[in-house]
Amino acid sequence: MTATAPAPATGRTPLPLDVEAVRADFPILGRTVRDGKRLVYLDSGATSQKPRQVLDAERWFYENVNAAPHRGAHALAEEATEAYEQARATIASFIGAQTDEVVFTRNSTEAINLVAYAMSNAVTAKEPEFHRYAVGQGDEIVVTEMEHHANLIPWQQLCERTGATLRWLGLTDEGRLDLSDLDTVVNERTKLVTVTQQSNILGTLPPLAPIIERAHAVGALVMVDGAQSVPHQPVDVAALGADFLVFSGHKMLGPTGVGVLWGRSEVLAALPPFLTGGSMIEVVRMEGSTFAPPPQRFEAGVPMTAQVVGLAAACDYLTALGMDTVFAHEEALTEYALAQLQAIPGVTVIGPPDTVARGGAISFTVDGIHPHDVGQVLDDQGVAVRVGHHCAWPVVRRMGVPATTRATFYVHTGYDDVDALVEAVRHAQRFFGVDAVEEA
Amino acid sequence: MKLQDMYQEIILDHYRNPHGRGLRDPFDAEVHHVNPTCGDEVTLRVKVDGDTLTDVSYEGQGCSISQASVSAMYDLVVGRSVTAALATGEDFVRLMQAKGDTTVADELEDSLEDAVAFAGVSKYPARVKCALMSWMALKDASARAWTPSDPTPTTEESA
Ligand SMILES: Cc1ncc(COP(=O)(O)O)c(C=O)c1O
Repeated sequence: MTATAPAPATGRTPLPLDVEAVRADFPILGRTVRDGKRLVYLDSGATSQKPRQVLDAERWFYENVNAAPHRGAHALAEEATEAYEQARATIASFIGAQTDEVVFTRNSTEAINLVAYAMSNAVTAKEPEFHRYAVGQGDEIVVTEMEHHANLIPWQQLCERTGATLRWLGLTDEGRLDLSDLDTVVNERTKLVTVTQQSNILGTLPPLAPIIERAHAVGALVMVDGAQSVPHQPVDVAALGADFLVFSGHKMLGPTGVGVLWGRSEVLAALPPFLTGGSMIEVVRMEGSTFAPPPQRFEAGVPMTAQVVGLAAACDYLTALGMDTVFAHEEALTEYALAQLQAIPGVTVIGPPDTVARGGAISFTVDGIHPHDVGQVLDDQGVAVRVGHHCAWPVVRRMGVPATTRATFYVHTGYDDVDALVEAVRHAQRFFGVDAVEEA
Repeated sequence: MKLQDMYQEIILDHYRNPHGRGLRDPFDAEVHHVNPTCGDEVTLRVKVDGDTLTDVSYEGQGCSISQASVSAMYDLVVGRSVTAALATGEDFVRLMQAKGDTTVADELEDSLEDAVAFAGVSKYPARVKCALMSWMALKDASARAWTPSDPTPTTEESA
Protein backbone atom coordinates (compact mmCIF):
# COMPACT_ATOMS: atom_id res chain seq x y z
CA MET A 1 0.00 0.00 0.00
CA THR A 2 2.19 2.80 -1.24
CA ALA A 3 -0.38 5.47 -0.43
CA THR A 4 0.02 4.82 3.27
CA ALA A 5 3.74 4.01 3.44
CA PRO A 6 5.55 6.18 5.99
CA ALA A 7 7.23 9.26 4.56
CA PRO A 8 10.97 8.80 4.09
CA ALA A 9 12.86 9.33 7.32
CA THR A 10 14.26 12.73 6.52
CA GLY A 11 15.48 15.22 9.09
CA ARG A 12 16.76 12.61 11.48
CA THR A 13 19.73 14.36 13.02
CA PRO A 14 21.51 12.18 15.57
CA LEU A 15 19.74 12.55 18.91
CA PRO A 16 21.72 14.28 21.66
CA LEU A 17 20.71 11.71 24.30
CA ASP A 18 21.47 7.99 24.23
CA VAL A 19 17.85 6.88 24.23
CA GLU A 20 18.50 3.20 24.94
CA ALA A 21 20.68 4.03 27.94
CA VAL A 22 18.07 6.44 29.31
CA ARG A 23 15.23 3.96 28.76
CA ALA A 24 17.08 1.39 30.84
CA ASP A 25 16.58 3.70 33.83
CA PHE A 26 12.79 3.69 33.50
CA PRO A 27 11.29 0.41 34.75
CA ILE A 28 7.80 1.20 33.44
CA LEU A 29 9.04 1.43 29.85
CA GLY A 30 9.68 -2.30 30.05
CA ARG A 31 5.99 -3.16 30.28
CA THR A 32 3.58 -3.71 27.47
CA VAL A 33 0.03 -2.47 27.00
CA ARG A 34 -3.06 -3.58 25.05
CA ASP A 35 -2.15 -7.19 24.28
CA GLY A 36 1.60 -7.05 24.25
CA LYS A 37 2.29 -3.75 22.48
CA ARG A 38 5.43 -1.84 23.38
CA LEU A 39 4.51 1.20 25.50
CA VAL A 40 5.11 4.36 23.46
CA TYR A 41 4.66 6.96 26.17
CA LEU A 42 4.00 10.35 24.58
CA ASP A 43 2.16 11.90 27.53
CA SER A 44 5.00 13.28 29.65
CA GLY A 45 3.29 16.68 29.47
CA ALA A 46 0.53 15.29 31.69
CA THR A 47 2.90 13.47 33.98
CA SER A 48 6.37 12.06 33.45
CA GLN A 49 7.59 8.54 34.15
CA LYS A 50 10.13 8.07 36.93
CA PRO A 51 13.67 6.75 36.62
CA ARG A 52 14.92 4.17 39.09
CA GLN A 53 17.17 6.82 40.70
CA VAL A 54 14.11 8.79 41.85
CA LEU A 55 12.28 5.70 43.09
CA ASP A 56 15.44 4.61 44.93
CA ALA A 57 15.78 8.00 46.63
CA GLU A 58 12.24 7.83 48.02
CA ARG A 59 12.76 4.25 49.16
CA TRP A 60 16.10 5.23 50.72
CA PHE A 61 14.37 7.94 52.72
CA TYR A 62 11.60 5.69 54.01
CA GLU A 63 13.94 2.79 54.79
CA ASN A 64 16.64 4.81 56.52
CA VAL A 65 15.69 8.24 57.83
CA ASN A 66 11.91 8.55 57.88
CA ALA A 67 10.78 11.11 60.47
CA ALA A 68 8.96 14.45 60.48
CA PRO A 69 11.45 17.20 59.61
CA HIS A 70 11.76 20.35 61.72
CA ARG A 71 10.23 18.58 64.75
CA GLY A 72 11.79 16.54 67.52
CA ALA A 73 15.39 16.11 68.51
CA HIS A 74 16.00 12.43 67.96
CA ALA A 75 18.51 11.09 65.46
CA LEU A 76 15.99 10.35 62.73
CA ALA A 77 14.34 13.76 63.08
CA GLU A 78 17.71 15.39 62.65
CA GLU A 79 18.59 13.28 59.63
CA ALA A 80 15.17 13.78 58.03
CA THR A 81 15.51 17.55 58.49
CA GLU A 82 18.96 17.38 56.96
CA ALA A 83 17.71 15.34 53.99
CA TYR A 84 14.76 17.69 53.47
CA GLU A 85 16.86 20.85 53.59
CA GLN A 86 19.63 19.31 51.51
CA ALA A 87 17.02 18.49 48.88
CA ARG A 88 15.79 22.08 49.01
CA ALA A 89 19.33 23.27 48.27
CA THR A 90 19.63 20.88 45.30
CA ILE A 91 16.28 21.94 43.85
CA ALA A 92 17.10 25.63 44.38
CA SER A 93 20.40 25.27 42.60
CA PHE A 94 18.65 23.49 39.71
CA ILE A 95 16.87 26.79 38.95
CA GLY A 96 19.65 29.12 40.06
CA ALA A 97 17.78 30.22 43.19
CA GLN A 98 18.75 30.90 46.78
CA THR A 99 17.76 28.02 49.02
CA ASP A 100 15.36 29.98 51.24
CA GLU A 101 13.47 31.22 48.16
CA VAL A 102 12.15 27.72 47.44
CA VAL A 103 8.77 26.85 48.99
CA PHE A 104 7.38 23.33 48.68
CA THR A 105 3.76 22.93 47.66
CA ARG A 106 1.71 19.99 46.44
CA ASN A 107 2.08 20.96 42.76
CA SER A 108 2.03 24.01 40.45
CA THR A 109 -1.68 24.46 41.05
CA GLU A 110 -1.18 24.85 44.78
CA ALA A 111 1.82 27.15 44.28
CA ILE A 112 -0.28 29.48 42.13
CA ASN A 113 -3.16 29.39 44.63
CA LEU A 114 -0.70 30.17 47.42
CA VAL A 115 0.21 33.48 45.80
CA ALA A 116 -3.36 34.30 44.77
CA TYR A 117 -4.67 33.68 48.30
CA ALA A 118 -1.75 35.51 49.91
CA MET A 119 -2.65 38.56 47.82
CA SER A 120 -6.25 38.56 49.05
CA ASN A 121 -5.24 37.64 52.61
CA ALA A 122 -3.04 40.74 52.47
CA VAL A 123 -6.21 42.87 52.37
CA THR A 124 -7.27 41.84 55.89
CA ALA A 125 -3.88 40.97 57.45
CA LYS A 126 -3.40 42.60 60.85
CA GLU A 127 0.34 43.04 60.19
CA PRO A 128 1.03 46.29 58.26
CA GLU A 129 4.08 44.70 56.56
CA PHE A 130 1.73 42.25 54.81
CA HIS A 131 -0.32 44.94 53.07
CA ARG A 132 2.15 45.70 50.33
CA TYR A 133 0.70 43.31 47.71
CA ALA A 134 -2.96 43.61 48.70
CA VAL A 135 -5.35 43.53 45.75
CA GLY A 136 -8.65 45.37 45.59
CA GLN A 137 -11.12 47.35 43.53
CA GLY A 138 -9.40 49.31 40.77
CA ASP A 139 -6.45 46.89 40.63
CA GLU A 140 -5.86 44.62 37.68
CA ILE A 141 -4.43 41.12 37.28
CA VAL A 142 -3.13 40.14 33.85
CA VAL A 143 -3.11 36.57 32.50
CA THR A 144 -2.91 35.27 28.93
CA GLU A 145 -5.33 33.33 26.77
CA MET A 146 -2.70 30.57 26.59
CA GLU A 147 -2.79 29.57 30.25
CA HIS A 148 -3.55 26.19 31.72
CA HIS A 149 -6.68 26.37 33.90
CA ALA A 150 -4.30 26.20 36.90
CA ASN A 151 -2.98 29.63 35.97
CA LEU A 152 -6.37 31.11 35.12
CA ILE A 153 -9.04 30.07 37.63
CA PRO A 154 -7.08 31.12 40.77
CA TRP A 155 -6.80 34.63 39.27
CA GLN A 156 -10.45 34.75 38.23
CA GLN A 157 -11.28 33.78 41.80
CA LEU A 158 -8.89 36.34 43.30
CA CYS A 159 -10.63 39.03 41.25
CA GLU A 160 -14.05 37.79 42.36
CA ARG A 161 -12.97 37.87 46.02
CA THR A 162 -11.40 41.32 45.89
CA GLY A 163 -13.22 43.28 43.19
CA ALA A 164 -10.08 43.52 41.07
CA THR A 165 -10.34 43.21 37.27
CA LEU A 166 -8.91 40.35 35.22
CA ARG A 167 -7.35 41.26 31.89
CA TRP A 168 -5.52 39.11 29.39
CA LEU A 169 -3.17 39.06 26.44
CA GLY A 170 -4.66 37.24 23.45
CA LEU A 171 -3.34 34.71 20.94
CA THR A 172 -2.48 35.01 17.26
CA ASP A 173 -3.95 32.56 14.74
CA GLU A 174 -0.69 30.63 14.82
CA GLY A 175 -0.99 30.18 18.55
CA ARG A 176 1.60 32.73 19.61
CA LEU A 177 1.09 35.40 22.23
CA ASP A 178 -0.22 38.67 20.78
CA LEU A 179 1.81 41.43 22.41
CA SER A 180 0.42 44.27 20.26
CA ASP A 181 -1.62 45.65 23.18
CA LEU A 182 0.90 44.80 25.91
CA ASP A 183 1.31 48.45 26.92
CA THR A 184 -2.42 49.01 27.42
CA VAL A 185 -3.24 45.66 29.02
CA VAL A 186 -0.32 45.99 31.44
CA ASN A 187 -0.61 49.46 32.98
CA GLU A 188 -0.29 51.40 36.26
CA ARG A 189 -3.30 49.56 37.68
CA THR A 190 -1.70 46.13 37.12
CA LYS A 191 -0.70 44.33 40.34
CA LEU A 192 0.49 41.06 38.87
CA VAL A 193 1.14 39.58 35.43
CA THR A 194 1.25 35.81 35.08
CA VAL A 195 2.30 33.92 31.99
CA THR A 196 3.34 30.43 31.02
CA GLN A 197 6.89 29.83 29.84
CA GLN A 198 5.77 26.97 27.61
CA SER A 199 2.21 26.32 26.48
CA ASN A 200 1.11 22.83 27.52
CA ILE A 201 -1.12 22.52 24.48
CA LEU A 202 0.48 24.53 21.66
CA GLY A 203 4.13 24.13 22.61
CA THR A 204 4.67 27.87 22.18
CA LEU A 205 7.49 29.55 24.11
CA PRO A 206 6.13 33.08 24.61
CA PRO A 207 8.63 35.96 24.72
CA LEU A 208 8.88 36.65 28.46
CA ALA A 209 11.48 39.44 28.46
CA PRO A 210 9.24 42.22 27.06
CA ILE A 211 6.37 41.17 29.34
CA ILE A 212 8.56 41.16 32.45
CA GLU A 213 10.13 44.47 31.46
CA ARG A 214 6.76 46.13 30.94
CA ALA A 215 5.31 44.68 34.16
CA HIS A 216 8.22 45.87 36.24
CA ALA A 217 8.12 49.29 34.57
CA VAL A 218 4.58 49.75 35.96
CA GLY A 219 5.44 48.22 39.34
CA ALA A 220 3.62 44.92 38.87
CA LEU A 221 4.79 41.51 40.07
CA VAL A 222 5.44 38.79 37.50
CA MET A 223 4.71 35.11 37.90
CA VAL A 224 6.01 32.57 35.40
CA ASP A 225 4.26 29.21 35.11
CA GLY A 226 7.17 26.82 34.60
CA ALA A 227 5.16 23.60 34.81
CA GLN A 228 6.07 22.78 31.18
CA SER A 229 9.37 24.65 30.93
CA VAL A 230 11.39 23.67 34.00
CA PRO A 231 11.23 19.95 33.04
CA HIS A 232 12.31 20.56 29.45
CA GLN A 233 14.71 23.51 29.20
CA PRO A 234 17.34 25.28 31.33
CA VAL A 235 15.63 27.82 33.60
CA ASP A 236 17.63 30.24 35.70
CA VAL A 237 15.57 32.52 37.90
CA ALA A 238 18.28 35.16 38.05
CA ALA A 239 18.39 35.44 34.26
CA LEU A 240 14.60 35.19 34.00
CA GLY A 241 14.00 38.28 36.14
CA ALA A 242 10.48 37.34 37.28
CA ASP A 243 9.22 37.46 40.89
CA PHE A 244 7.65 34.00 41.06
CA LEU A 245 8.20 30.72 39.26
CA VAL A 246 6.05 27.64 39.83
CA PHE A 247 6.58 24.05 38.71
CA SER A 248 5.51 20.47 39.50
CA GLY A 249 7.81 17.63 40.50
CA HIS A 250 5.74 14.96 38.78
CA LYS A 251 6.28 16.50 35.33
CA MET A 252 10.09 16.47 35.68
CA LEU A 253 10.75 12.81 36.55
CA GLY A 254 9.97 13.45 40.22
CA PRO A 255 7.24 12.06 42.49
CA THR A 256 3.65 13.25 42.61
CA GLY A 257 2.66 15.39 45.56
CA VAL A 258 5.50 17.90 45.42
CA GLY A 259 5.69 21.18 43.58
CA VAL A 260 7.67 24.37 43.98
CA LEU A 261 6.94 28.03 44.43
CA TRP A 262 10.07 30.06 43.91
CA GLY A 263 9.70 33.68 45.04
CA ARG A 264 12.13 36.57 45.19
CA SER A 265 13.05 36.81 48.88
CA GLU A 266 11.89 40.38 49.44
CA VAL A 267 8.55 39.55 47.82
CA LEU A 268 8.02 36.37 49.83
CA ALA A 269 8.93 38.29 52.98
CA ALA A 270 6.05 40.71 52.37
CA LEU A 271 3.38 38.05 51.74
CA PRO A 272 1.04 36.77 54.45
CA PRO A 273 0.52 33.00 54.72
CA PHE A 274 -1.98 30.97 52.68
CA LEU A 275 -2.37 27.78 54.73
CA THR A 276 -1.75 28.05 58.46
CA GLY A 277 -1.03 25.56 61.24
CA GLY A 278 2.03 23.75 62.54
CA SER A 279 5.57 24.51 61.32
CA MET A 280 4.78 27.94 59.94
CA ILE A 281 4.64 29.84 63.24
CA GLU A 282 7.02 31.93 65.29
CA VAL A 283 5.13 32.46 68.59
CA VAL A 284 1.66 31.10 69.34
CA ARG A 285 -0.65 32.49 72.03
CA MET A 286 -4.36 32.01 72.48
CA GLU A 287 -4.87 35.68 71.58
CA GLY A 288 -2.98 35.46 68.30
CA SER A 289 0.23 34.25 66.66
CA THR A 290 3.17 35.43 64.64
CA PHE A 291 4.65 33.66 61.66
CA ALA A 292 8.01 32.25 60.67
CA PRO A 293 10.00 33.85 57.87
CA PRO A 294 9.84 32.24 54.39
CA PRO A 295 10.02 29.52 53.28
CA GLN A 296 8.59 27.99 56.52
CA ARG A 297 5.79 30.59 56.61
CA PHE A 298 4.32 28.90 53.53
CA GLU A 299 4.86 25.27 54.56
CA ALA A 300 2.17 24.51 57.12
CA GLY A 301 2.00 20.94 58.41
CA VAL A 302 4.34 17.97 58.01
CA PRO A 303 5.67 18.29 54.47
CA MET A 304 5.96 15.69 51.69
CA THR A 305 9.48 14.89 52.78
CA ALA A 306 10.15 11.71 50.82
CA GLN A 307 8.77 13.34 47.69
CA VAL A 308 11.02 16.36 48.13
CA VAL A 309 13.99 13.98 48.43
CA GLY A 310 12.77 12.23 45.28
CA LEU A 311 12.48 15.53 43.44
CA ALA A 312 16.06 16.40 44.34
CA ALA A 313 17.10 13.06 42.83
CA ALA A 314 15.17 13.99 39.68
CA CYS A 315 17.05 17.30 39.53
CA ASP A 316 20.34 15.44 39.89
CA TYR A 317 19.30 13.05 37.13
CA LEU A 318 18.39 15.91 34.78
CA THR A 319 21.54 17.85 35.69
CA ALA A 320 23.64 14.82 34.82
CA LEU A 321 21.97 14.65 31.39
CA GLY A 322 22.32 18.43 31.04
CA MET A 323 19.25 20.63 30.55
CA ASP A 324 20.73 22.11 27.35
CA THR A 325 21.02 18.58 26.04
CA VAL A 326 17.48 17.72 27.14
CA PHE A 327 16.17 20.75 25.24
CA ALA A 328 18.24 19.95 22.14
CA HIS A 329 17.02 16.35 22.26
CA GLU A 330 13.39 17.36 22.31
CA GLU A 331 13.96 20.01 19.66
CA ALA A 332 15.35 17.38 17.27
CA LEU A 333 12.36 15.12 17.97
CA THR A 334 9.95 18.02 17.55
CA GLU A 335 11.40 19.02 14.21
CA TYR A 336 11.14 15.45 12.96
CA ALA A 337 7.64 14.92 14.35
CA LEU A 338 6.32 18.21 12.92
CA ALA A 339 7.63 17.26 9.48
CA GLN A 340 6.30 13.71 9.63
CA LEU A 341 2.87 14.66 10.97
CA GLN A 342 2.38 17.54 8.55
CA ALA A 343 3.26 15.22 5.67
CA ILE A 344 0.11 13.20 6.40
CA PRO A 345 -2.84 14.51 4.36
CA GLY A 346 -5.63 15.59 6.70
CA VAL A 347 -3.38 16.26 9.70
CA THR A 348 -3.19 19.86 10.95
CA VAL A 349 -0.79 20.98 13.65
CA ILE A 350 -2.51 23.36 16.09
CA GLY A 351 0.21 25.79 17.18
CA PRO A 352 3.53 26.87 15.72
CA PRO A 353 4.25 24.70 12.64
CA ASP A 354 8.04 24.87 13.04
CA THR A 355 10.57 24.79 15.89
CA VAL A 356 10.98 28.57 16.18
CA ALA A 357 10.36 29.56 19.83
CA ARG A 358 8.69 26.24 20.42
CA GLY A 359 8.92 23.35 22.82
CA GLY A 360 7.95 19.73 22.35
CA ALA A 361 4.20 19.70 22.95
CA ILE A 362 2.57 18.96 19.58
CA SER A 363 -1.19 19.24 19.25
CA PHE A 364 -2.90 18.21 16.07
CA THR A 365 -6.23 17.37 14.52
CA VAL A 366 -7.05 14.69 11.96
CA ASP A 367 -9.78 15.58 9.45
CA GLY A 368 -12.88 13.45 9.87
CA ILE A 369 -11.85 11.84 13.18
CA HIS A 370 -12.60 13.30 16.57
CA PRO A 371 -9.53 13.50 18.85
CA HIS A 372 -11.04 10.98 21.29
CA ASP A 373 -11.33 8.48 18.51
CA VAL A 374 -7.78 9.25 17.32
CA GLY A 375 -6.56 8.71 20.87
CA GLN A 376 -8.46 5.42 21.14
CA VAL A 377 -6.87 3.97 18.01
CA LEU A 378 -3.44 5.22 19.09
CA ASP A 379 -3.94 3.61 22.49
CA ASP A 380 -4.82 0.36 20.79
CA GLN A 381 -1.40 0.53 19.10
CA GLY A 382 0.33 1.14 22.44
CA VAL A 383 0.77 4.86 21.82
CA ALA A 384 -0.23 6.92 24.89
CA VAL A 385 -1.20 10.51 24.03
CA ARG A 386 -3.53 13.02 25.60
CA VAL A 387 -6.81 14.07 23.98
CA GLY A 388 -9.30 16.78 24.80
CA HIS A 389 -8.89 20.41 25.72
CA HIS A 390 -5.82 19.78 27.91
CA CYS A 391 -7.07 21.97 30.76
CA ALA A 392 -6.75 24.97 28.46
CA TRP A 393 -10.31 25.31 27.19
CA PRO A 394 -9.93 28.97 26.08
CA VAL A 395 -7.00 27.93 23.87
CA VAL A 396 -8.90 25.31 21.88
CA ARG A 397 -11.83 27.72 21.59
CA ARG A 398 -9.51 30.46 20.29
CA MET A 399 -7.86 28.06 17.83
CA GLY A 400 -11.31 27.09 16.54
CA VAL A 401 -11.15 23.36 17.28
CA PRO A 402 -13.26 21.35 19.73
CA ALA A 403 -10.28 19.43 21.08
CA THR A 404 -6.89 18.14 19.96
CA THR A 405 -4.66 15.11 20.19
CA ARG A 406 -1.38 15.97 21.88
CA ALA A 407 1.98 14.22 21.88
CA THR A 408 4.70 15.30 24.31
CA PHE A 409 8.29 14.09 24.49
CA TYR A 410 10.92 13.58 27.12
CA VAL A 411 14.39 12.20 27.73
CA HIS A 412 13.46 8.60 26.87
CA THR A 413 11.68 9.51 23.63
CA GLY A 414 13.32 8.36 20.40
CA TYR A 415 12.60 8.54 16.69
CA ASP A 416 11.03 5.09 16.97
CA ASP A 417 8.36 6.61 19.24
CA VAL A 418 7.63 9.35 16.71
CA ASP A 419 7.46 6.75 13.92
CA ALA A 420 5.01 4.72 16.01
CA LEU A 421 2.88 7.83 16.48
CA VAL A 422 2.88 8.65 12.78
CA GLU A 423 2.05 5.08 11.79
CA ALA A 424 -0.74 4.95 14.38
CA VAL A 425 -2.28 8.17 13.02
CA ARG A 426 -2.27 6.65 9.53
CA HIS A 427 -3.81 3.51 10.99
CA ALA A 428 -6.58 5.64 12.56
CA GLN A 429 -7.28 7.18 9.16
CA ARG A 430 -7.57 3.73 7.60
CA PHE A 431 -9.70 2.47 10.49
CA PHE A 432 -12.20 5.30 10.10
CA GLY A 433 -11.98 5.26 6.31
CA VAL A 434 -10.82 8.84 5.92
CA ASP A 435 -7.41 8.19 4.34
CA ALA A 436 -8.57 7.80 0.73
CA VAL A 437 -10.92 10.79 0.97
CA GLU A 438 -8.06 13.02 1.99
CA GLU A 439 -5.69 11.85 -0.68
CA ALA A 440 -8.18 11.94 -3.54
CA MET B 1 -9.76 -7.30 17.96
CA LYS B 2 -10.91 -5.13 20.84
CA LEU B 3 -11.13 -1.89 18.92
CA GLN B 4 -13.75 -3.28 16.54
CA ASP B 5 -15.73 -4.45 19.58
CA MET B 6 -16.18 -0.84 20.54
CA TYR B 7 -16.47 0.71 17.09
CA GLN B 8 -19.28 -1.52 15.85
CA GLU B 9 -20.48 -0.78 12.33
CA ILE B 10 -23.87 0.26 13.77
CA ILE B 11 -22.14 2.88 15.91
CA LEU B 12 -20.12 4.27 13.02
CA ASP B 13 -23.29 4.41 10.89
CA HIS B 14 -25.08 6.46 13.52
CA TYR B 15 -22.03 8.71 13.78
CA ARG B 16 -21.80 9.33 10.03
CA ASN B 17 -25.57 9.61 9.47
CA PRO B 18 -27.14 10.75 12.72
CA HIS B 19 -30.89 10.27 13.15
CA GLY B 20 -33.08 13.16 14.28
CA ARG B 21 -30.28 15.67 14.53
CA GLY B 22 -31.05 19.41 14.67
CA LEU B 23 -32.93 21.52 17.20
CA ARG B 24 -36.68 21.68 16.57
CA ASP B 25 -39.63 23.74 17.79
CA PRO B 26 -41.88 23.44 19.66
CA PHE B 27 -40.27 21.99 22.78
CA ASP B 28 -40.99 21.86 26.51
CA ALA B 29 -37.48 21.81 27.93
CA GLU B 30 -33.96 22.37 26.67
CA VAL B 31 -30.76 21.33 28.44
CA HIS B 32 -27.08 21.71 27.69
CA HIS B 33 -24.72 19.03 28.95
CA VAL B 34 -20.95 18.92 28.67
CA ASN B 35 -18.34 16.36 29.50
CA PRO B 36 -15.86 18.65 31.26
CA THR B 37 -12.90 16.32 30.92
CA CYS B 38 -12.99 16.42 27.15
CA GLY B 39 -15.32 19.22 26.08
CA ASP B 40 -17.96 17.05 24.36
CA GLU B 41 -21.29 18.89 24.32
CA VAL B 42 -24.93 18.25 23.60
CA THR B 43 -27.91 20.60 23.56
CA LEU B 44 -31.10 18.58 23.79
CA ARG B 45 -34.79 19.49 23.62
CA VAL B 46 -37.80 17.38 24.51
CA LYS B 47 -41.44 17.77 23.54
CA VAL B 48 -43.90 15.94 25.76
CA ASP B 49 -47.60 15.48 24.98
CA GLY B 50 -49.45 13.91 27.87
CA ASP B 51 -47.15 11.03 28.78
CA THR B 52 -45.52 10.71 25.40
CA LEU B 53 -42.13 11.98 24.29
CA THR B 54 -43.24 13.26 20.91
CA ASP B 55 -39.86 14.66 19.92
CA VAL B 56 -36.26 14.72 21.05
CA SER B 57 -34.08 17.08 19.06
CA TYR B 58 -30.43 17.85 19.56
CA GLU B 59 -27.22 19.50 18.42
CA GLY B 60 -23.84 18.54 19.69
CA GLN B 61 -20.22 17.97 19.02
CA GLY B 62 -17.93 15.31 20.23
CA CYS B 63 -16.44 11.92 19.52
CA SER B 64 -18.07 9.14 17.54
CA ILE B 65 -19.28 7.42 20.71
CA SER B 66 -21.06 10.46 22.15
CA GLN B 67 -22.62 11.44 18.82
CA ALA B 68 -23.68 7.92 17.87
CA SER B 69 -25.16 7.44 21.33
CA VAL B 70 -27.51 10.40 21.02
CA SER B 71 -28.60 9.24 17.56
CA ALA B 72 -29.33 5.70 18.75
CA MET B 73 -31.17 7.14 21.74
CA TYR B 74 -33.37 9.21 19.44
CA ASP B 75 -34.50 6.03 17.64
CA LEU B 76 -35.24 4.32 20.94
CA VAL B 77 -37.23 6.95 22.79
CA VAL B 78 -39.21 9.14 20.43
CA GLY B 79 -42.89 8.16 20.44
CA ARG B 80 -42.55 6.19 23.69
CA SER B 81 -43.88 7.19 27.09
CA VAL B 82 -41.53 9.20 29.24
CA THR B 83 -41.56 6.40 31.80
CA ALA B 84 -40.55 3.81 29.21
CA ALA B 85 -37.83 6.10 27.84
CA LEU B 86 -36.33 6.63 31.28
CA ALA B 87 -36.47 2.90 32.01
CA THR B 88 -34.58 2.29 28.76
CA GLY B 89 -32.06 4.87 29.94
CA GLU B 90 -31.56 2.85 33.10
CA ASP B 91 -30.94 -0.26 31.02
CA PHE B 92 -28.36 1.68 29.04
CA VAL B 93 -26.62 2.72 32.26
CA ARG B 94 -26.54 -0.96 33.28
CA LEU B 95 -24.99 -1.85 29.93
CA MET B 96 -22.31 0.80 30.47
CA GLN B 97 -21.50 -0.64 33.88
CA ALA B 98 -21.13 -4.19 32.53
CA LYS B 99 -17.36 -3.94 31.92
CA GLY B 100 -17.77 -5.99 28.76
CA ASP B 101 -19.83 -8.78 30.38
CA THR B 102 -21.74 -10.18 27.39
CA THR B 103 -24.50 -11.76 29.46
CA VAL B 104 -25.67 -8.25 30.41
CA ALA B 105 -25.76 -7.28 26.75
CA ASP B 106 -27.74 -10.44 25.85
CA GLU B 107 -30.23 -9.69 28.58
CA LEU B 108 -30.76 -6.11 27.44
CA GLU B 109 -30.92 -6.73 23.72
CA ASP B 110 -34.72 -6.48 23.48
CA SER B 111 -34.82 -3.27 25.46
CA LEU B 112 -31.91 -1.51 23.80
CA GLU B 113 -32.14 -2.70 20.17
CA ASP B 114 -29.32 -0.96 18.17
CA ALA B 115 -27.98 0.64 21.31
CA VAL B 116 -26.84 -2.75 22.61
CA ALA B 117 -23.96 -2.28 20.16
CA PHE B 118 -22.45 0.08 22.72
CA ALA B 119 -21.65 -2.91 24.96
CA GLY B 120 -18.00 -2.78 23.82
CA VAL B 121 -17.69 0.76 25.16
CA SER B 122 -18.14 -0.54 28.70
CA LYS B 123 -14.66 -2.07 28.49
CA TYR B 124 -13.14 1.41 28.20
CA PRO B 125 -13.95 3.34 31.39
CA ALA B 126 -12.77 6.64 29.91
CA ARG B 127 -15.36 6.38 27.13
CA VAL B 128 -18.38 5.40 29.21
CA LYS B 129 -19.05 9.06 30.01
CA CYS B 130 -19.12 9.84 26.28
CA ALA B 131 -21.85 7.25 25.72
CA LEU B 132 -23.86 8.31 28.76
CA MET B 133 -23.88 12.06 28.16
CA SER B 134 -27.00 12.13 25.96
CA TRP B 135 -28.94 9.80 28.27
CA MET B 136 -28.13 12.05 31.22
CA ALA B 137 -29.32 15.03 29.17
CA LEU B 138 -32.57 13.21 28.34
CA LYS B 139 -33.19 12.40 32.00
CA ASP B 140 -32.55 16.00 32.97
CA ALA B 141 -34.75 17.46 30.21
CA SER B 142 -37.57 15.00 30.95
CA ALA B 143 -37.52 15.93 34.62
CA ARG B 144 -37.94 19.57 33.66
CA ALA B 145 -40.71 18.95 31.16
CA TRP B 146 -42.74 16.31 32.95
CA THR B 147 -43.58 15.09 36.44
CA PRO B 148 -45.16 11.68 36.99
CA SER B 149 -47.75 13.07 39.41
CA ASP B 150 -48.67 15.95 37.14
CA PRO B 151 -48.47 14.91 33.51
CA THR B 152 -49.12 18.45 32.24
CA PRO B 153 -45.91 19.76 30.71
CA THR B 154 -44.41 22.81 32.41
CA THR B 155 -43.48 25.36 29.82
CA GLU B 156 -41.26 27.79 31.71
CA GLU B 157 -38.10 26.34 30.12
CA SER B 158 -39.27 26.91 26.60
CA ALA B 159 -39.04 30.69 26.63
C1 LIG C 1 1.34 24.89 31.88
C2 LIG C 1 0.80 24.19 33.08
N1 LIG C 1 0.58 24.88 34.19
C3 LIG C 1 0.11 24.30 35.31
C4 LIG C 1 -0.17 22.96 35.34
C5 LIG C 1 -0.71 22.37 36.60
O1 LIG C 1 0.17 21.44 37.12
P1 LIG C 1 -0.28 20.50 38.33
O2 LIG C 1 -1.47 19.77 37.86
O3 LIG C 1 0.90 19.63 38.54
O4 LIG C 1 -0.56 21.40 39.47
C6 LIG C 1 0.04 22.19 34.21
C7 LIG C 1 -0.29 20.75 34.22
O5 LIG C 1 -0.71 20.16 33.28
C8 LIG C 1 0.54 22.82 33.04
O6 LIG C 1 0.76 22.12 31.93
